[in-house]
Amino acid sequence: MNKTDVMNKADVMKKADVMKKAIYPILVGLLVVAAPFLMDAFRLNLLAKYLCFAIVALGIGLAWGQGGMLTLGQGVFFGLGGYSMAMYLKLQEGGLPDFMVWSGVEKLPALWTPFANPVFALATAILGPMLLATLLGLLVFRQRVRGAYFAILTQALAAALVILLVGQQGLTGGTNGMTNFYDLFAWDLAEDSTQRGLYFVVAVVLALLYLGARQLVRSRYGRLLVAVRDGEDRVRFLGYDPATVKTVTFAISAGMAGLAGALFVPVVGIISPALLGVVPSLELVVAVAVGGRYALAGAVLGAVVMGYAKTAFSEQFADGWLYLQGALFILVMTLAPKGIMGVIKRARTA
Amino acid sequence: MRLSNALLATALMVAAAGCGSTGSTGSAEGGDIKVGILHSLSGTMAISEVTVRDAELLAIEEINAAGGVLGKKLVPVVEDGASDWPTFAEKATKLIRQDKVATVFGGWTSASRKAMLPVFERNKALLWYPVQYEGLEASPYIFYTGATTNQQIIPGLDYLKEQGKKKIFLVGSDYVFPRTANKIIKAYATANGMEVLGEEYTPLGHTEYSTLVNKVAQAKPDAVFNTLNGDSNVAFFKQFKSAGLTAEAMPVLSVSVAEEEVTGIGVDNIAGHPVAWNYYQTTATPANDKFVAAFKAKYGAQKVTSDPMEAGYNAVYLWAEAVKKAGTTEVEAVKKAAGGIALERPEGLVTIDGENQHMYKTARIGIIQTDGLIKEVWNSGQPIKPDPYLKGYPWASGLTAG
Repeated sequence: MNKTDVMNKADVMKKADVMKKAIYPILVGLLVVAAPFLMDAFRLNLLAKYLCFAIVALGIGLAWGQGGMLTLGQGVFFGLGGYSMAMYLKLQEGGLPDFMVWSGVEKLPALWTPFANPVFALATAILGPMLLATLLGLLVFRQRVRGAYFAILTQALAAALVILLVGQQGLTGGTNGMTNFYDLFAWDLAEDSTQRGLYFVVAVVLALLYLGARQLVRSRYGRLLVAVRDGEDRVRFLGYDPATVKTVTFAISAGMAGLAGALFVPVVGIISPALLGVVPSLELVVAVAVGGRYALAGAVLGAVVMGYAKTAFSEQFADGWLYLQGALFILVMTLAPKGIMGVIKRARTA
Repeated sequence: MRLSNALLATALMVAAAGCGSTGSTGSAEGGDIKVGILHSLSGTMAISEVTVRDAELLAIEEINAAGGVLGKKLVPVVEDGASDWPTFAEKATKLIRQDKVATVFGGWTSASRKAMLPVFERNKALLWYPVQYEGLEASPYIFYTGATTNQQIIPGLDYLKEQGKKKIFLVGSDYVFPRTANKIIKAYATANGMEVLGEEYTPLGHTEYSTLVNKVAQAKPDAVFNTLNGDSNVAFFKQFKSAGLTAEAMPVLSVSVAEEEVTGIGVDNIAGHPVAWNYYQTTATPANDKFVAAFKAKYGAQKVTSDPMEAGYNAVYLWAEAVKKAGTTEVEAVKKAAGGIALERPEGLVTIDGENQHMYKTARIGIIQTDGLIKEVWNSGQPIKPDPYLKGYPWASGLTAG
């Protein structure tokens, strides 16, 4: 055996390794591109909706799975993003938004005027939640509020936002929320081609955010984040400030939820307080748990699986589908506490 | 590996459920016509909406027993709106695009209707909405079989005026129907020399009414106009009674309390108070005797029938009649044929107004009896022409501008 042979063998090994690693991303990529050809417009639209939720779930995976912050109020950030986008879309029609007419509002409120600008609306959708999360994080994490207390606090925030939105009918559409949107940047939202385009936008955004989040987790900062999760006091004694580390992650996850909300509105065509209260916020945490919270891919997978299960169960069993959905959650959690990704990892190493 | 097998089984189950649903794609085979039924079967609205679904299924069964429509059987596809407005929009899309139903009967809350409206308009499909509502809407793709404001709220006010009630107090849940209704009531009061002493809103599902009842008691109105919805009525009427206020001294006129709700509120708490609707279980028509008997036979003798249920039941018959007249289930043809159709229904003669797709309906004021049923004490004498934008009322001209 001469020297070149050894080198070749090493090269081949490396290639096989790369192939093995690349196979999942390639498979997923192919599926995403093939989806529009495999499904009709209605199903594709639903998939786009699941992917919007997957973006929120990715943020939860980051905050909860990596950072140990159990946030039960991501709906707040999702809602801020969604309402910003909805306000922009409503102003596209010209004239006073329909619900203001019913509510007896005669002049466009000053709060609404800047949202006619799409850049402002989109920036508010992402930066608004990040700013809110930063303020909240600094306030809360500095006081060393964590665990159940943090979870309860975020949940209360979601409940409060719903009450606020419902009470301000003339400004927000109240319980109804906002619906009946027509155009997004001059594209007709009712057209299948627009919806196909939106699907790709959502998929690409999700992919980029996923890669970014993965990079973040693998960085030194990511290791610090996990260290904070597993031993916050130790990290503090080492000279780091856990509050800052957590706040940054919380803000990123909030920004993701806000962007997801902004994408959700043109895809689904409605935003209402029911979408950002306690229940939908919890549903997404459940989805992340089902997918596997310790892996970012698990969060994304969980959101898609649970979204799909909800649709499939409710269509098949209109009367008792909620029980089935609950049973699925209990089944996964008892059989595989680390979620679907935990099972996949075990299967790979076994 | 045992774990992953179990998980795989779960995944397969999910996939199978999904395949099942896509397997039903395509239009109805052979001699069937698919129709969609979309109400909340879970969540807070389920208690009310399930009864409407039952009434609609009864109508479908009766029509099928009588030979169907155009010689074809009606096959209902039932979906759950889950008391969640976006879900209503999603399921409506599913019924139209995947199941390719000929029409959909569904909705209860205004929010669910507003969420479904764009879906039906963009897909040029047909929705039959069975509940009284706040008006100011006439979608070309919705038929409204419940009352609009001039067939319920305004007759209610006329009744109070006739009774000499000059000072009224408004109590409502905080959403679009009560707020719009109260806007109309205030305009009516101004034009008719009545005085509105107060206007209070509480969130949906609110159950603490002692403060509000105190406010009402102190204001001393001649009557209360109540647009509260759902559970809130239970708490409100209980606390109203325990504050010593009576139906004789201060009647509470409700527009969202029907036979079904009376049981939940407790007859003791609400007996003697008036309500405004277009139909009661006691309405004396031959069609109603048949409807009540059939409903009790199918769902149980203890069941009651109410206005929204009757409107849902009617919707199926009215649609079937329009299809017969059009000779097809094609939406535009059915819409065209629907105008002018008149049927003797449990509530009396119902005629479709082809212009705004609402119904001519007789307004009826009733008093809640100690047996939980409602006795009619006043009616409009003849069906009232629907006027969702209140164009025929000069005092309402400021409401619809915009």
